[in-house]
Amino acid sequence: MSWTRKLLRVDLSKGTCTSEALNMDWAKDYLGQRGLASKYLSEEVDPKCDPLGAENKLIMATGPLTGTMASTAGRYSVITKGPLTGAIACSNSGGYFGAELKFAGWDMVIFEGKSDKPVYLVIQNDKAELCDGSHIWGKSAWETDDILHATYQDPQMRIACIGRTAEAGCLYAAVINDKHRAAGRSGVGTVMASKNLKAVAVRGTQGIGNIDNVDAFFESTDAGKAVLAENAVTGQGLPAFGTQVLMNVINGVGGLPAHNMRDVGFAGAENISAEAMAEPRTSDGKPNLTTNGACFGCTIACGRISTVDKTHFSVKDKPQYHGASGGLEYEAAWALGADTGVDDLDALTYVNFLCNEDGFDPISYGSTLAAAMEMFEDGVITTKDTGGIELKFGSAEAFVAATELLVTGEGFGKDLGLGSKRLCEKYGRPELSMSVKGQEFPAYDPRGIQGIGLNYATSNRGACHLRGYTVASEVLGIPVKTEQTDTDGKPELVKAFQDATALVDSAGLCIFTTFAWGMDNIAPQIDAACEGDWSVDNCLEAGERIWNMERLFNQAAGFTADDDKLPKRLLEEAIKSGPTEGQVNRLGEMLPKYYEIRGWSPEGEPTAETRQRLSL
Amino acid sequence: MKIVIEFYASLMKYLPPGGRRFRRDIKVDEGLKLKQLIEQYNISDEEAHIVLVNGHFVALESREDHVLVEDDVVSIWPPVAGG
Ligand code: SF4
Repeated sequence: MSWTRKLLRVDLSKGTCTSEALNMDWAKDYLGQRGLASKYLSEEVDPKCDPLGAENKLIMATGPLTGTMASTAGRYSVITKGPLTGAIACSNSGGYFGAELKFAGWDMVIFEGKSDKPVYLVIQNDKAELCDGSHIWGKSAWETDDILHATYQDPQMRIACIGRTAEAGCLYAAVINDKHRAAGRSGVGTVMASKNLKAVAVRGTQGIGNIDNVDAFFESTDAGKAVLAENAVTGQGLPAFGTQVLMNVINGVGGLPAHNMRDVGFAGAENISAEAMAEPRTSDGKPNLTTNGACFGCTIACGRISTVDKTHFSVKDKPQYHGASGGLEYEAAWALGADTGVDDLDALTYVNFLCNEDGFDPISYGSTLAAAMEMFEDGVITTKDTGGIELKFGSAEAFVAATELLVTGEGFGKDLGLGSKRLCEKYGRPELSMSVKGQEFPAYDPRGIQGIGLNYATSNRGACHLRGYTVASEVLGIPVKTEQTDTDGKPELVKAFQDATALVDSAGLCIFTTFAWGMDNIAPQIDAACEGDWSVDNCLEAGERIWNMERLFNQAAGFTADDDKLPKRLLEEAIKSGPTEGQVNRLGEMLPKYYEIRGWSPEGEPTAETRQRLSL
Repeated sequence: MKIVIEFYASLMKYLPPGGRRFRRDIKVDEGLKLKQLIEQYNISDEEAHIVLVNGHFVALESREDHVLVEDDVVSIWPPVAGG
């Protein structure tokens, strides 16, 4: 179905599940998933609320294309007010859960209130029920998935759940679905834990209907798949090398941050790259990369399935990690590796398994650990704090030991679960947190790549590459190459990427399609599936509306232009060597222009005219 | 003169034997242009999507005039993306 026109409202305080008609007036303005669920959140939740209080809500939302035959259309998002940032949070995930929720007949599930004991939700088509979850509380996401599958004896049941890290209060805990896919960022899993909601298990057999123009939909989705297959990135590069192909590229162009962004350029990058993942290792002659994998309905298949060397110190006594599991993606490999100075591919892969097994964001974790390592080197954090761990940059042993503490929040793991902002404040070095609005940076240095710095500074969920991936143009030449160290034209580039991404997310599609698709490939698929006029222009306007709505939520939550900033290090400490030597980020050259073209006041607030133009 | 070539991802198949991973030290004639080097290895313009010399991007239209010098590092990728 495009929209099922139905949402499920779950009141965790009262223990009730109620079916409700989807607000179709809103759907025509905000499409679905990220956009539509953010609209519900904006209308129903006080932006000033405590993210971990009962008054916050958590929404799992599909898009109108989720579950259809459009390529990559298996996506759903978790939308809430995030505990890491206090800003609106929306974390997107692939796998199979989103499509299954649609097959069960629901566009979204809104969780409100708070259960007084652990529960999980089971959805079987129209039937939805809250069940006692005390036997799965305290279990990892993987164990929870296994237990629920054993209970319901249905291999087609899809499960989204939290692991022990969320229960322990880590502020960047994820929601894991299908064992290896994550709504990873901003601590959406922590909000789920705060509601005593351990898991959502869903099975749907109602198939797909409600396509507005079936012939046009077949035609446009077929055409879209042909474009993906013929494109060198989506047809060849991503399936063969995954996102990890970027490790050497970004290092090569002088854009790879390392050691808590103290340096740019990491000598060990090639040891943790896609090329290294494909090399046979000495112990068993097998490479780290076993095969690639795909989410529901995806014809790209960028996913990595990997194994750890069984003789590696991290797993040699742990046979449960000897099988193939979700492997390293670029952002994870950067944060866990380059930022901590660890170039041990097996240690990184093992820790990546833990990220999936117990649900935490590898980007925020790696960056937080890197900040802790810098403070350890500076003597601010000592072995007394770490429980004896010599937390040195580059130490794979320290990295593995610290992660195992984080998983259950023991000892220093509790500190690491705070995220870098709170951790650095606690130890009196707030300037060492490499974050925006409290959320840690991904894998591109804003000094070496200017536009991504503006995107980080203005991203509505805190530092995030997925809100406006200007690296595509600035480094990768997609759709056209712009000069990475220039600021000219970057405000326009950032706005265009941010608006288009908001729309793609809201449709239920994967953002990786946009390496090959333009809005002229995407809009016809939405237009054919959904009622209303989804021309290219209307799609882009909806994207802009969604962006501004998120901004207004944050404004009401107390964020101002003063929060659109980068850490001092990135504005003042020039890159010391390599092709981008001497560069700092020149945010001040870009931000005023960005506000202007967004139709915002110099204080960064959408003007009355802009709000009216976008019907906000 | 000696230069270093780095052919990444699917372009590793064009590397001469010997050496490690994606990197080779090679000898070339003085005055060799970047475009000539790429052609010597039969890498098409479509495949040579990201071309760096010492970490600096060289656009397709500039490769013909770009003269390589001793110790240059030439890095080449096909169209790739991620994130
Ligand atoms: S491109 Fe990758 S992340 Fe996107 S839907 Fe396909 S497999 Fe999933």
